[in-house]
Parts: sequence; C-alpha cells; structure tokens
Amino acid sequence: MSRYLRMLFVISLIFVSAGCNRRPGPASAPKPTAFGTALVESSGGKQIGATGMVLAQPVVVQVNDEQGTAVAGALVELSGPPGVSFDPPSGLTDSSGQLSANIALGGRAGRYQLTARTLTKAQKPVELKIEEIALGYQQQVGFQLDDKYCARCHNPESTAERVSNYDNLEVKPHPFTEGDTLNKMTDAELTAIIGHGGPALNKSALMPPYGYTLSKTEIEALISYIRLISDPPYHASGMVYAQK
Amino acid sequence: MQSPSKNTTSIWQTLFGHPVRAFGVVSLLLLISLAIAPAKNHFSEWRHYQKQYLSLIRTRGDAITLQRHFHEGIQQIWLPQFGVVDRCTTCHVGLKEASLGDVSSQPFRRHPVIPHTSEQFGCVMCHRGQGAATTVEEAHSSTLAWEQPILPVRYVQSSCGQCHRAPLTGTPQLNLGRNLLGRYGCVHCHTIKLADGGAIKPTDDPPSLSHIADKSTREWIYAWLKDPQAYAITSTMPNFKLSDPDARDISAFLISNSTPIPGDTESGTKDQKPPDPTAAASLYGESFCASCHAVQNAAGNVVGGDVGPELTRIGTKAKPEWLRAWLRNPRVYDAGTAMPHYRFTDQQVSLLTGFLGNKTDADLLANVHLDAATPEQIAHGKLLVTEYGCASCHEVSGMKKPDNFAPELTRIGSKPLTQIIFLQGMQHTLPDYVSAKIRQPRSFGSALKMPQYTLAPAQVDALTTALLSLTDRAHDLPRSLTVPEQLPSNYQPAGKAGQLMADMACFTCHAINGRGGDMAPDLTWEGSSVQRPWLQAFLKNPGTLRPALIRRMPRFNLSDSEVTELTDYIMIVYQTPVFERDSMPSGGYPPAQVEQGKQLFYSKYACQSCHIIDTKADKGYIGPTLAQVGSRLNAAWIYHWLKNPQAMRPGATEPNRNMSDEDARALTAFLTTLKGSGKLEAKK
Repeated sequence: MSRYLRMLFVISLIFVSAGCNRRPGPASAPKPTAFGTALVESSGGKQIGATGMVLAQPVVVQVNDEQGTAVAGALVELSGPPGVSFDPPSGLTDSSGQLSANIALGGRAGRYQLTARTLTKAQKPVELKIEEIALGYQQQVGFQLDDKYCARCHNPESTAERVSNYDNLEVKPHPFTEGDTLNKMTDAELTAIIGHGGPALNKSALMPPYGYTLSKTEIEALISYIRLISDPPYHASGMVYAQK
Repeated sequence: MQSPSKNTTSIWQTLFGHPVRAFGVVSLLLLISLAIAPAKNHFSEWRHYQKQYLSLIRTRGDAITLQRHFHEGIQQIWLPQFGVVDRCTTCHVGLKEASLGDVSSQPFRRHPVIPHTSEQFGCVMCHRGQGAATTVEEAHSSTLAWEQPILPVRYVQSSCGQCHRAPLTGTPQLNLGRNLLGRYGCVHCHTIKLADGGAIKPTDDPPSLSHIADKSTREWIYAWLKDPQAYAITSTMPNFKLSDPDARDISAFLISNSTPIPGDTESGTKDQKPPDPTAAASLYGESFCASCHAVQNAAGNVVGGDVGPELTRIGTKAKPEWLRAWLRNPRVYDAGTAMPHYRFTDQQVSLLTGFLGNKTDADLLANVHLDAATPEQIAHGKLLVTEYGCASCHEVSGMKKPDNFAPELTRIGSKPLTQIIFLQGMQHTLPDYVSAKIRQPRSFGSALKMPQYTLAPAQVDALTTALLSLTDRAHDLPRSLTVPEQLPSNYQPAGKAGQLMADMACFTCHAINGRGGDMAPDLTWEGSSVQRPWLQAFLKNPGTLRPALIRRMPRFNLSDSEVTELTDYIMIVYQTPVFERDSMPSGGYPPAQVEQGKQLFYSKYACQSCHIIDTKADKGYIGPTLAQVGSRLNAAWIYHWLKNPQAMRPGATEPNRNMSDEDARALTAFLTTLKGSGKLEAKK
C-alpha cells in the first residue's frame, strides 16, 4: 500500500510542479528615494487621440512637496480603465520632479479617466485624475471633416498653419467643445444646421449649408465627433437603461 | 498488509463478478460516456456568455427587441470568396445593437460604426484571430496550430490597407505609415511590391554624393555620419552607429571619390561689401523659402515646410561657393531637384549666401579633427560604403545601386512566426516583432546593417501598421475586391513652356493632370479660370490672394518673354472641357441683376464670412480676396464654380450651395463688376 501511496505522491508532485506558473510576476516598481505631497499635471492631459493608439504627446506629471518645489526620485504609478497601456506604468521622477509616459488608449471610443498616484512619506496616497479622449473610426472621420471644413471658423485658436476666422465673424460660431450650448441641440437639429445652414434653425446665414458637399454618413460622423469632444460631456437623452 | 494483486482481484470481483452486475456496470459506463458530449456542450464557454447576455438585456428598456434579435446556439458567418468562417458572433452577441452603446464590457460591447458590416466581410478579415474557434483562448490567442492572434486595436487600420490602396479619411495612421515608408526611404533597400504589379516608391530624393566635395567639408561629413540629427533634428537620414575610424574612413572615401562640377567652386563677384542683414532676412521671407525649408528657432521649435532640407545649421554644412552656385541655379548641381530656379540677381545671391552662411553651429565641428586621409583609409571607406549599401539611397560615382540590398517586405504582414527569431522577453507576435525591428533594429544583433531611425512612438506605430497591411490576403484578393490607389501620372508639359515649368519646379507645389504637389492650387484648368492680363501680371509679381495663408507663390524674377511663354501655354492648354471659356459675357450685365447679386452675396449666401470684397468692411479670411475678382477670374468660371465648386476643383473647401441658375448668374454679374483698384494690385 505504501508503494501506492508513494507512487501517488510522486505523481501528484509531478502534476503540481507542472501546474506551477513559472512565468515571472510583473516587474516590481523601483523603490522611491523621496516623497512629495502633491501631484500636478505638467502636460499631456485633454488630448484627443484615437482608439488603441499612442497619444501624440506623452503625459507628464510632476511631484511637489509642501513648498511647491519639485521632488526628484518619488514613485509615480499610472493606471486607467482596461485596455489603456502605459509606457512606463510606473517610475521615479527625474531631476526636475517629473515623470513622462507614453499612453495608448483602449479600444472603446470615448473619454478615459487616467489616474496618477504617488505616496507621501506617511504612506498616504495622493491621486491626480487626467482625462483623455479616444476617437473611434466614425469620430476620426468627423475629426478630419472638422479640420477641413469647420475648424477655420468654429475653432477660435489660431495655429501657425491655420489662422482662425472666428474673430472676423459678426455672429460668433460655437466652438465644438462648447457643451453648454451644443448638448442642448438634438442630433436632428445638428443635422439640419449642418445640412441646410444657419437659417434652417433661424440662426446666422454666416453658417453655410454643407448638405450638398457632405454625405449623410459624413454629417453623422461629424455629429458623433462633436458629441464626443463636448465639454461638459454629452449624454444622449431619451430612455436611460438600468446598468448592471 | 494485503498484496496489491489480491486487492485488484477483489475490486474486479465486486464489479464484474456476477454477469448481471457486470452488465449493469458496463451500461452505466456507456451512459456516462454518452453524456460527456452533451455535458461539454452544456457547460461550453459560449453558452455561458449567451446566458450572461440574456441576463444583461433582461433589465433593459428594449429587452423585447434585443431578445428578438438574439439567436441561441453557434452563429457563423461564411464567406467562401474570402475563405472566412467566423463564429465570433456566437459570443459577441450585441455587436449590432445600437442601444448597447453604454455597455463597456466584452464580449457584449457594440461594434463601433464603420462602413462595412460583418455579413459582408466577417470579423477575422480585420481583427485576425481564429474565426472558426469556439473558445476564448483559441479564437484570440496564438495556439499550437494557429499563429494569428487577435490584432491589437493599435494596428487595426492595417486591415483596411489590405484592400484599400488609396488613402482613406478614417485611417490617418495607415496613411501616415505608408507616407513614411516613402519619406524615410525604407523602400530604397526593402522592396515592397504591390498586388497590382507596381511597387512603393521612395519620396525622399536623397542627394547625390558624387560631387559632395563641392558642397561640404570632410569634417562636416564625419559629424553628419556620426549623428545626422545633431545637425538637423528633422533629418530622415538614419544613424548607422559608426565607430570613429569607420566614419573617418567613409568621409575620406567620399571626398576622394567626388568629382567637381564647373562653377561650384567659383568665388563670389567682386563686391565684398558686408550684406545688409535685414535686407537678406526680408529677401528670405519674400522668396517664401520657409514654405519648403524649416529652421529651428531659439525655443527649439521647427518652423517651416518639409519639402526641402532644414536650414538651421546650413552655414556649417555648405561651402559659400557652393551655396552661391546653388542659389544661382540649383539645376546645375542636381538636375532633378524640387528647388525652383529663382533667377536671383547677383546681388540677391550674395545677400542670401551671406544670410544662410551665418546659420552656423560651432559646437557641431568643435571636436572633429581629421588628419589627411591615407590610401588605406580611403580603400576601407569604399569597402564600408559598399557594405552599408549607401548607394541604395545615394548616387555614388563608380558604384551601382545594389539590388535587393535588404529583405523584401512584400508579404511581411503574413510572415510565419516560425521564421522569426524573437528577442528574449519579447511577446511572440508579429506586430511586436515588426515594431521592435523599426524601433531598435540593432538590438536583434550588433552585426546587422539596418540603421537606427529617429522616430516618434506614433510614427513607429504608423510604420508597423503600414507593414502589417502587406498580407497574403492583400496580394491574393481578386482585383475586383480591392480599391486601387490613384497613382501620380507622369504628365510632362511640352515645348519651351514645359522646360520652363521644369526649371521652376512648378510641380513641387502645383498639381497638373494628376502629377504634382498639393501645397498650391491644382492648375489643370487654370486657363479656363483666369484672365490673361491678370495671369501675366501675377507671374511677373505674384500678389496675395488669400490673406491668412502663410505659404505663397514666390517671385521668380521671370523675364517678359518667359512670362508670355508661360501665359500662352496655360491659357491655351489648361482648359476645361466642361464649358466654353467665352460662354458668358465678362461684363455689361443689367444693373438690377448686379444689385441682386450683391444682395445675394451679403444676405442669402453670406459670402462675406469667408471672402473680402470691401477691404475696409469685410473680414473673411478663408477664401481668396474678391476685391478684384472681376479682373482675375473668367465669368464662365465664376458661374460654374458657384454652381459646384468641387466639380471645378476636387476637394475644394467652399461648400456647394445648390444655387439656382438665376442666383448664380446674378452673383456672377455682381462679381464681374469688382475690378479693384490698381493700388491694391501693387500693394501685395
């Protein structure tokens, strides 16, 4: 019987060792050499990227102490919803107290809340929320159309490549991020004003109609882009379903 | 202690000792074995997900509609023409349910809106993975028998590129990647054949090295070879990570191999008075050099175009004699250059030579001290130039462009994983391999020749995307299912005007008949569009048409006969077949109609939001100023443009207003009266 037991033991040992996961765990974060009390965003927030793709600019966060001076060597950890990847996901701040990470957003179009986290000397977590927007295929098309047809008037910011026409207009157009106004308009109203121009909604004739230039699909794409970048965020009206 | 044989016998006897009992036991075993298959089916992963889906939709407002759309069991999309058998929709049940937009957990997330449906193309055409599998692991990951895991969303645009050769609005990453393949000259060394028989062509035009001693010093070549981006941050030349002796020997060979071009070494004209810096800077500005050439400013920002090389440190690179000769006529040194022949006066050439010569960086060559080259060094340099395949990109006199210098990448997107040697700690997937190869080619072996490129993370991803689109499927799809690329034509204008246009490199900025750049308007129908006197005056001294535009037509200092030659050619040859040039009178419209046009302009169509007529009152910045459009544009062109701008110039920004004939005629009548004042013409 003991021979059986011994054999059983040996067999079970083989199974157990085979079942053991020999993959090494995630690389452990480096040990912080200093601690701060505050986290601030230096750059890289509120970017508009594309689903799954690396944001054009890295996100840079800075750790400060009580006096507001930068702390080098503090540990910063970055996290976000599933699908978001960080390069690197954590690290020590450099000599200017900053950590820079390249970020690829997840596969779902929408807003992404990212969190940067550091610990104070008393091991208390300090968090910083950073928001980024990912455009899906449809919004991406909308973005390109905006860039070609709309942004020259609707975006008040001028760049070296594009001088804004916003200031030249007697009736000011609404920037597409202006959620307070645009969120109150229904999809049908936006379709009407894009397709038939300002007068379709008793608004300024300075807004020309694009219904003979853009296709129905293109106008839908444009609206879905406007909805996504609006600030405060747009929530479709109508039935709200209980969420699991 | 009992013996094992006794024990076995007893178990055997208990079970099968009696024939009736044995029959019972065997029947039971049979029943159990028969139950295995249904049980496996019942507890399968996909059933679990379908049940989860049903409980998810039960609480929603449109549960009945969703329930009606739901079909139990394994779902399959079968597309014989693509070889697609996809069962993904078995678990991904809510793909087409618009009302599930708020569900963020997989597998029930709604598919984003795209121009194709899963019935048309299935799932694996775009996402890869194993379509026929019915377990999560087998469908998504690479297993023993299946090499294609799910393609990360990061590279999903590569799938569009399998069928779409032409750039798509919705795939900026793929478009960028394809552009970079040409712009960074990848295809000089790596051949990429396309399904239609063509190949991707390089667009970077690397300079010839056959006469480099005319242009630069050996010290500069050495510093450049060691680190091209230290000289110009925007340079597309990769870093070959050369050792000091290797860089020394290559520079020695290139200088000794260079043959002079007459005229390049001539020193300047006698007038050696110090050039006026403000005059030089304004000449640089007036000539719109910045439309093509960038300069890095003090803040580190690169400002300017990317058609020509960056000029931040040009004075360190180019010898003044060469710069002078180049500015006088670049075509002597490089017949095919994109740089126009400006016909500068000697004084202007001196001004610009001095201005550019001052753009130096002493640090760049501070530590470069090279002794006179020995014959051994030159011979070794020649060997290195051959080994590194310099002649794949650059013309080197006495050397032939090597064929297939690097592996062909025609089907890289379907490269079998078994043929790939991965690095330690790397994920064993094709996208990871390709992007690692682009990011750090030498990490795969220090003896590899592929140089290190300076690319941003987004550029690496874009290149990876473009390469992953080169799959077997992209090549084997029936031609009827692909969307071909509109290849640039090899249109060449004829005669003396054609020579002039080549000399002034018109095609660098303007497109005509499908060939040329997109920086400036397409001129294919220019002859139908403009009036002869205006064109003549414009070619002589190009004025500003669009107030907010940074890039403008430079002044080429053309002679009167050259202007006439060009004007004749444009007015005769570049005519549209859509309408007769003289089909509408250029004036003499009834005043009532003109007034009606003015009303329409300001009220109904509100053209002033984009165009200026009255330079004091109007402010529109987007379209060209129309204050003198009556002396610039032809009446029939105005009318047809108003009716449908995109038909006259594809891609025009001005929206089509679906104007009635009457309105268009009234607006034409009004616009033809806007002759402008001579003063404006001269103001520029």
